[in-house]
Amino acid sequence: MTLGPEIRAEMEQIKQRYPDPRSALLPMLHLVQSVQSEVTTEGMALCADVLSITPAEVAAVATFYTMYKRRPVGKHHIGVCTNTLCGLLGGDAVYAALSERLGVGHDESTPDGKFWLERIECQAACTHAPVMTVDWEFMDQQTPASAIDVIDQLARGEEVRSTRGPVIRNFTATERTLAFPDDGLAGEGPVADELMLAGLRVAQERGMSAPTAGQGN
Amino acid sequence: MTLTPVITAHWDRPDLYTLAGYRAIGGYTALAKALQQEPDAIISTVKDTGLRGRGGAGFPTGLKWSFVPQNDGKPHYLVVNADESEPGACKDIPIMMATPHTLIEGVIISSYAIRANHAFIYIRGEVPQAIRRVAAAVREAEQAGLLGDNILGSGFNLRVTIHSGAGAYICGEETALLDSLEGRRGQPRLKPPFPAVAGLYASPTVVNNVETICNVPFIVNNGVEWFRKFGTEKSPGFKVFAISGHVNRPGIYEAPLGVTMRELLDYAGGMRGGRPVKFWLPGGSSVPMLTAEHLDLPLTYEEMAAAGTMLGTGTPMLFDDTVSVVRAVTRWLEFYKHESCGKCTPCREGTYWITGVLERFEHGHGSAAEIDTLVDLCDQIGGRSFCALGDAAATPYPAALKYFRNEFEAGTSQAAELEFAPAASYLFSEATAR
Repeated sequence: MTLGPEIRAEMEQIKQRYPDPRSALLPMLHLVQSVQSEVTTEGMALCADVLSITPAEVAAVATFYTMYKRRPVGKHHIGVCTNTLCGLLGGDAVYAALSERLGVGHDESTPDGKFWLERIECQAACTHAPVMTVDWEFMDQQTPASAIDVIDQLARGEEVRSTRGPVIRNFTATERTLAFPDDGLAGEGPVADELMLAGLRVAQERGMSAPTAGQGN
Repeated sequence: MTLTPVITAHWDRPDLYTLAGYRAIGGYTALAKALQQEPDAIISTVKDTGLRGRGGAGFPTGLKWSFVPQNDGKPHYLVVNADESEPGACKDIPIMMATPHTLIEGVIISSYAIRANHAFIYIRGEVPQAIRRVAAAVREAEQAGLLGDNILGSGFNLRVTIHSGAGAYICGEETALLDSLEGRRGQPRLKPPFPAVAGLYASPTVVNNVETICNVPFIVNNGVEWFRKFGTEKSPGFKVFAISGHVNRPGIYEAPLGVTMRELLDYAGGMRGGRPVKFWLPGGSSVPMLTAEHLDLPLTYEEMAAAGTMLGTGTPMLFDDTVSVVRAVTRWLEFYKHESCGKCTPCREGTYWITGVLERFEHGHGSAAEIDTLVDLCDQIGGRSFCALGDAAATPYPAALKYFRNEFEAGTSQAAELEFAPAASYLFSEATAR
């Protein structure tokens, strides 16, 4: 898909959020990916034009950040955390199982364009290890079997819900959310799941609470 | 020491992420109080609490705020560092998911204190659900007159911009974050000048961690004396601990600073299968590891420093005796190698060299001489880079060597997987894996 005048207009909108237009570049690149599933040369040229900087300056930024891809990601981005904690607690096995099932390795996409597989770094969900992401939505506490189920369900076009977020859409939809975050899905998923509530539950069971103002220790 | 839910006290309310839910627990009452005070009074209060930054460095927050020059004619900015990416750290994302309005209320009060009329919340791009919740909270606050012009009739104006990152650990470093927020590669700046003098767009800027900012409404509502009921003289306050690893009930546990790892481990249900703690890190992969003999130390900035480590992000990772320390350290170095921004030669090249040598040890091909060569390599990175990423990369190996030298010696003749079968560390059994 080409980047039409409506995308340029949306880039102009993003610029308005910042005192200095160049600050808009990161969300603008997410917007490019939301249309083209990658950061294209066309997309970088458009960003450069909108911001009055050179395409080389845009390319320097686009190639620095891991989330920007220079090849089409395809329908779904699958991330498996293989940093120390998730990896050693089972993420390595989850990744290996998915790699075998999909027949692709790190940062590769399936020939049908349905899945991109990536070994990702720490996803800030170590309490929920081993962590997988689908289109960057949390899929917590995976096993190789559960991860393969997720892939198979997505391949069959079935509904898959993030463990702490909305029903999975696709990669480009998430990229759009990163450019325009107020997408109406904030209420999806739990406010806090049982792992996030673990300490509060123990405190409630054992009758523990914080001192209130004016109350002694 | 008991658990003391403060920030996490109402996380079991299903509507907490909405303005109505947050108001129902007394949300935004601190803002009304704050706006009746002089900004300097709020800075003094935060200074008096002794609140230290919860992002890892532990710098006193009120002091940071007081460095911002006043009446300088320049715009001031508050930038919230919500780029939580430190391996092991997983407390800011849950805070933003569960109670985004606590963050927004803290942002408004903090901006008022430092006289900023534009605040930015830089959230790592890989967590869309956290970004959505914070963005929705901003919109609700705007519609309710809590953001925008003349907030609650005070004459104070504030605009908040949510900014999605794009996958770069280095952007958690405050000056790299500012470069990234300016639309550039996330590379650290030479300090001084510090951001308080020349930060975002070369204007005075305060960069604070999510959890730090979330302390502010509670401080304004309850006061200095209350805050200092928690913690120690040098580490006052409460902390959102995120406990992960081979524990029975990993998750979020909020307790006063000074709680011990053994107490927290008890709340978390102990280690799986009653196995022993082999090593643990109090706050992210960038702090030196400790062992079971350190479980009774108070988790404070000063006690952790005395034990040769740091409190860091206060998000302990615990590993049991199935884990090869060589494998764990190698994986962390692979991370630092991937995330080094490339600006400083010692970090860019050193992380590659260390990783390559460690991978040989993991596969049983290390050489005895390289055990000490690696120490030299780490010495040549630590303190020789612009930012703390280089120091962090030089941290895991020396600490591991101090406690587990035998495992590196074994790595000269035997692959780690022979003594430590990877599957033994998995949270699922091989039978259920497929």
